[in-house]
Amino acid sequence: MPVSFSQTADQYDVVVIGSGLGGLTSANRLAYCGYKVLLLEYHSQLGGLATWFKRKGHIFDVSLHGFPYGMVKTCKKYWNREIMNSIVQLKNIIFDNPQFQLKTTFDRVDFTEKLISYFKIPKTTIDAFFARVAGMNFYDDQSMTTRELFNEYFPGRSDVHRLLMEPISYANGSTLDDPAITYGIVFSNFMNKGVFTFEGGTDKLIKMMTVELEKCGVTICTNCKVDRIIVEQGKVKGVECRGKVIAAKSVVSNSGITNTIHNLAGRDAFSDTFMEKADKVRVNNSSCQVYIGIKEDEGFDDIGDLLFTSKAAEFSSTELCDLHTKSKTFSVYYPKTRPGHNRHTIVASMNANYKDWEAFSDEQYGQEKESLIQRTLLDLERYLPGAKEKIDWIEAATPRTFNRYTLHTRGTSFGTKFEGLDISRNIFKEVGGLFHVGSVGIIMSGWLGAINYGVIVSNDVDAYMRSND
Amino acid sequence: MTRDAIRDLILEIIEDIDEDADFDTLEADKPLRDQLDLDSMDFLDIVMELRKRHKLQIPEEDYPELATLDSCVNYLEPLLADA
Ligand SMILES: Cc1cc2nc3c(=O)[nH]c(=O)nc-3n(C[C@H](O)[C@H](O)[C@H](O)COP(=O)(O)OP(=O)(O)OC[C@H]3O[C@@H](n4cnc5c(N)ncnc54)[C@H](O)[C@@H]3O)c2cc1C
Repeated sequence: MPVSFSQTADQYDVVVIGSGLGGLTSANRLAYCGYKVLLLEYHSQLGGLATWFKRKGHIFDVSLHGFPYGMVKTCKKYWNREIMNSIVQLKNIIFDNPQFQLKTTFDRVDFTEKLISYFKIPKTTIDAFFARVAGMNFYDDQSMTTRELFNEYFPGRSDVHRLLMEPISYANGSTLDDPAITYGIVFSNFMNKGVFTFEGGTDKLIKMMTVELEKCGVTICTNCKVDRIIVEQGKVKGVECRGKVIAAKSVVSNSGITNTIHNLAGRDAFSDTFMEKADKVRVNNSSCQVYIGIKEDEGFDDIGDLLFTSKAAEFSSTELCDLHTKSKTFSVYYPKTRPGHNRHTIVASMNANYKDWEAFSDEQYGQEKESLIQRTLLDLERYLPGAKEKIDWIEAATPRTFNRYTLHTRGTSFGTKFEGLDISRNIFKEVGGLFHVGSVGIIMSGWLGAINYGVIVSNDVDAYMRSND
Repeated sequence: MTRDAIRDLILEIIEDIDEDADFDTLEADKPLRDQLDLDSMDFLDIVMELRKRHKLQIPEEDYPELATLDSCVNYLEPLLADA
């Protein structure tokens, strides 16, 4: 269990700022390696965006819509077998838009079958496309965009582009103009075996991770916002939190990379050349969500696990983020999602831009939220007739909610665009002992990306600590 | 460390990562990645384990040297000469 801040020591080997999946994983790995680790989290709950909340007997998951099969191996290696054993497949993925309606398991075999029979694409083209994306590495040339990649294999086929892109835009905010490698890496991860989820819900996962952290001896404090990372003569000295200075040889920040540089360490800690690059880092879009609780005695039959729905004629990344977008996903949680908790809930998710929401007065903000809820209910009606009568809870979150909750720049849901990765990976070469972990560069985001990145960064920290011994 | 000992060390580390790894048909001059279903995270695990066990610091530029069993042994032999 988290301990009270007054019990913290004056000095640690490593202080981790933030308990998103990246921060949790780094803290766990470093403690496992024998370092004395302190984890400071601003919020009262651990997990960052991997979070949940309770209303009227319902438990709503914020970011548990699906992740790739790679989570199985990652959880086994870097957390434990118990966590790995709770990972289960979501088999019914549905697409419904003016161009096509279909149901798929979202893996290479089924996609190949659908592309042949439904979209009439020759198998040789499909195989060539799959081979191309599977061979992509993050260090490859990034000049080709996803749009160019699609046009090379499926020219003029906006329906195929939609099938391939829409889910990935929801998964990490990437667009047709981002580097094709970021698309290829994430898409291939999903195509390996399909979409998976965590049985028992986010609350169970975070509880299991907390037990593991305690086993490894991490000191955990919640309700602790770090105000400053202390840097002297090009090296990290520690952090300042609630008026107390805590010394540390290394600091791992799971706060966003832009936040870490601008608000925690401060621009002055970095060279001009580094800042020139850092200033070019673009953050990804934010999100809107509508959380819907179904009355305990209502329930319904299987309507699919994850529904990609849109009333827009064609796919466009701009339309997806529009304030009044016609596109949204529905994640449907059945009682089987949380065995023993006999409830149905639905979470609708949309991509969104912070700038569309930030300027609203309180009154406008309230109205826009209400209209978001009404549009969502109307769309849900198509998949769950009589939805309005079946529900006993509904509320919405917007980019402002995500910003308030995680402090992330413009409420970004998926970290930064590709250029953020380089800045994040090299920050310790600028300021000795300062590391960043968390969603960056599109490929290092999502549950799997954040956990794997947590391992990569703890490897950097361990190498740094040993070379300074 | 002898070449054989280095070879055993690598195989032991891989076995810790993946207990189902099948070494019987492993060809020492072919990429480990293709034969054993290892991904880039697994190679990072090998690097971390070598650091832990033998205080070896392998820079990221050198990771490609770990591609095959033979190249691992060639790369590590001078580094582990006194181990
Ligand atoms: C709506 C939505 C849906 C998503 N759905 C999915 C999905 O279905 N599948 C998937 O794989 N991924 C999904 N994601 C993405 C995934 O949740 C994130 O990529 C991942 O959880 C981010 O982890 P992180 O390590 O970057 O840290 P974050 O989760 O961003 O956490 C950062 C933490 O740092 C803390 N912090 C920040 N500043 C300070 C400070 N100064 N002091 C102390 N603490 C601080 C914050 O409070 C927070 O807890 C979704 C994201 C969103 C927003």
